[in-house]
Amino acid sequence: MNRTSDILVIDDEQVIIDAVIKICSLDNYSVDTALDVKTATEKITKNYYPIIICDIMMPDGSGFQILEEIRRKNLRSSLIMTTGYSTVENAVNSLYKGAIDFIPKPFTVDELLSSVYRANNYQRIKEKQKQLYLQKLNDEVLYVPCPSKYLRLGYSTWIFQEREGSVLIGVCDLFMKTLEATQEIEFQDTEDEIAQGISCASLKCSNDRNHKILSPISGRIVEVNEKIKKYPSLIEKDPYFEGWIYRVIPANLDYEIKYLISCSSDRL
Amino acid sequence: MFKKIGFRLIFVVALTSLIIIGVFAYFNVKAQSNSLITEVERHANQLAETVISSTRYDMMLNQRERIQQTINSIGTQPKIRDVRIINKIGEIIYSSDSTNINKMVDKRAESCYACHAEDKPLEQISITARTRIFKVHPDSNRVIGIISPIYNEKSCWQAECHAHPKNQKVLGVLDVSISLADVDKTILRSEWEIVIFALVAILAVGLLIGYFVRKWVSLPVNDLLGGTQQVSAGNLNYTIKDLGDDEIGKLGHSFNNMTKKLSEARMQLFQSDKMASLGRLAAGVAHEINNPLTGVLTYSSFLLKRTKDNPEFQEDLKVIVRETLRSREIVKSLLDFSRQSIPKKSSADLNEIIDKAISVIENQLSLNKVKIEKHSEPGIPNLTVDANQMQQVFINLFVNASDAMEMTGGTVNIKLHRITLSPYGTTQIKKAACSKRHNLMDNEFKIDGLPALKVKVLSDNKEGIIHFDPVYGKRRNSFNLDFKINKDSKFVCPECNVSLIQPDKSCPKCGSPVLVFEVEGQGIYEVCSSEKSDWEKWEFVDSAGLKECVEIKISDTGSGINQEDLSKIFEPFFSTKGQKGNGLGLAVIWGIIDNHNGTISVESEVGKGTTFIIRLPLAQQR
Repeated sequence: MNRTSDILVIDDEQVIIDAVIKICSLDNYSVDTALDVKTATEKITKNYYPIIICDIMMPDGSGFQILEEIRRKNLRSSLIMTTGYSTVENAVNSLYKGAIDFIPKPFTVDELLSSVYRANNYQRIKEKQKQLYLQKLNDEVLYVPCPSKYLRLGYSTWIFQEREGSVLIGVCDLFMKTLEATQEIEFQDTEDEIAQGISCASLKCSNDRNHKILSPISGRIVEVNEKIKKYPSLIEKDPYFEGWIYRVIPANLDYEIKYLISCSSDRL
Repeated sequence: MFKKIGFRLIFVVALTSLIIIGVFAYFNVKAQSNSLITEVERHANQLAETVISSTRYDMMLNQRERIQQTINSIGTQPKIRDVRIINKIGEIIYSSDSTNINKMVDKRAESCYACHAEDKPLEQISITARTRIFKVHPDSNRVIGIISPIYNEKSCWQAECHAHPKNQKVLGVLDVSISLADVDKTILRSEWEIVIFALVAILAVGLLIGYFVRKWVSLPVNDLLGGTQQVSAGNLNYTIKDLGDDEIGKLGHSFNNMTKKLSEARMQLFQSDKMASLGRLAAGVAHEINNPLTGVLTYSSFLLKRTKDNPEFQEDLKVIVRETLRSREIVKSLLDFSRQSIPKKSSADLNEIIDKAISVIENQLSLNKVKIEKHSEPGIPNLTVDANQMQQVFINLFVNASDAMEMTGGTVNIKLHRITLSPYGTTQIKKAACSKRHNLMDNEFKIDGLPALKVKVLSDNKEGIIHFDPVYGKRRNSFNLDFKINKDSKFVCPECNVSLIQPDKSCPKCGSPVLVFEVEGQGIYEVCSSEKSDWEKWEFVDSAGLKECVEIKISDTGSGINQEDLSKIFEPFFSTKGQKGNGLGLAVIWGIIDNHNGTISVESEVGKGTTFIIRLPLAQQR
């Protein structure tokens, strides 16, 4: 399978395709395009694209079909979902079904670039992992997977249910590994409401990029980790224990839990 | 005219009284004339006896002249038509009419027949047999004739004249005829009297019945008829005025009740449709606007990056980016309003939700001097609801109630209890699929405003689409095909052509193949494929039986809502609060309750207060 371009953009609107091409050229990515699901399916079957940016609603189908196609054909491509019909449902559903990110339309240049940046790094890590596997160097650890009792939203954030009914929220190591060194974290305040699939904090990295963290569940923040406020690097050093971000009283855990992936499963 | 109930009733009653009075009059007149005739008979008989005894002596002496004289003098009396004595061989020997003397009378004549019917004449017969009533001419008065036999006795055969032998029993007969003119006149008069009485009675009964039938039946029925015509013409706000407390009054009452329920149901449906269209509109708008907004935002933020060294451009571009981001937020809130996200349901205690809602706004309410009282039936089970959304519903309703009592203060009364409702004809199939999970709901084809179930029919190289009613129990199916369905016709999913026919099963009513649909989360729905049959089965709904609901009534003692506004309060952007409200509160509440498969209705009386009634099904359909 040839690698012709770095990115495939699937969208039925030419203006968006043009915008994505322009933006991605800022970071020197080469971009291929498809205006409908049919062309896109043909292209991903023929060529290999490390990153696919895909709209959900298209005239001849939905972006979920592309996601299904990738899963079925066991392709290595990473998919970033985007849609103008940006409901929380769409966001968490696409993450559950294997997309690595969700960007609601309309998005800014920075939002898209940081997502593509992460996707690129994610791809690189996976590539490396594969090579190590082929060289039978399984012992080498590229990232620490989340502990088995945890649940995660996509590969980015995790939750841990405490005995008191509250829930701890944090960022997965794999997500952190796709970023540069974290310089600063922008938190929400205690008593703020956060919603599943919507950004709840933002990480500012050494290369000046901002990365939004999507909340894995909805609820009310009862505590912000003071340690991490003081030492932002803790989030990279101990992402699953000392590096938690919020303690939250969940609002709809019973319902939302079905979009979370158990860390004990070997799904990526 | 005969088609009117009133007229039919009057007709039947008049006919009945006509028959009763007629029969009564007939027998009455008959009895009267019989007694009159009997009286006359008795009188005539007496007269005959008198004539016989007064002429007896003269007969003994054989003084014929004197006998004739006596008979003449009796015959001249008024009313007496004729007095005759006839001898054994039938010759008239004495008569008040002298022209008849010596004439022979035929034994076969009607007057003689009673005795001379047989060869040997009878010697003794009763008075009625001796009597006859006849007319001399067809147009003359009736006459009664009585024949009295003159018997032989010792002095007759021992008399000097020796006119009669000893062995003769009857010597002759006396025949007296009396005119019945007076009697007939009396009978005729009483006949007329009775006919007039009967007519007057029938007229009186008819008028009386007519009056009351009109008052109790015709007018109320006309009112009811007017009402049904109004309702069928679409005026569901029409109410029938009070028709009293009889059956028709009760009918009117339940009619009013029915139209009220109908208008509520229509309102719900209308609202549901409107909210659904609004939701679709918002979703469509969001999608359509977000795409061009992406163009604006990406290009402007792109330029912003490219012109870092040009502060003049930077300022303007920042404005464009900022305002585009603002538009993004507006579109997002529009989507939030339309509640496109399905409710996040989990099992929750309704009492707890309400208590939470109360605690949130308690301070605000006590400032307005508003008290909240809650009465809950014990043992309300947990419901599968979105607790946050339900809490929002209750908070909004409490705030509304408190606003309505702003000036006066008052009480908000909350009541919870369980009720049971029938599901048949009200349960709607919202999502149906073939065995390969293709959606079979047709948003392009609606039956009574609801998307119908579509099925493709393949028959002899022809194909077409038929539609089934999505409301279980209504059966308003649509078969618009330009060919006929036969035994070999196939019923398939329009998307993947998988057969929808249920194998090993045929319609229990007509034997046609049965189609089967998978209803998301609600089992399977089966329907007969024949146009003529109305068989259908939805085990899931049937087995659920009556729908159990929790009813929550929230009443305030505030200013109330007038009838005109009552029908509009669930419409988006309708507000009576002026600048204070945006008119979305109740519309959002409506949407939330609808998303929970529940209903919300309102009752209000100006000056007395308003009651909101929410019904949530116990078993949630998802």
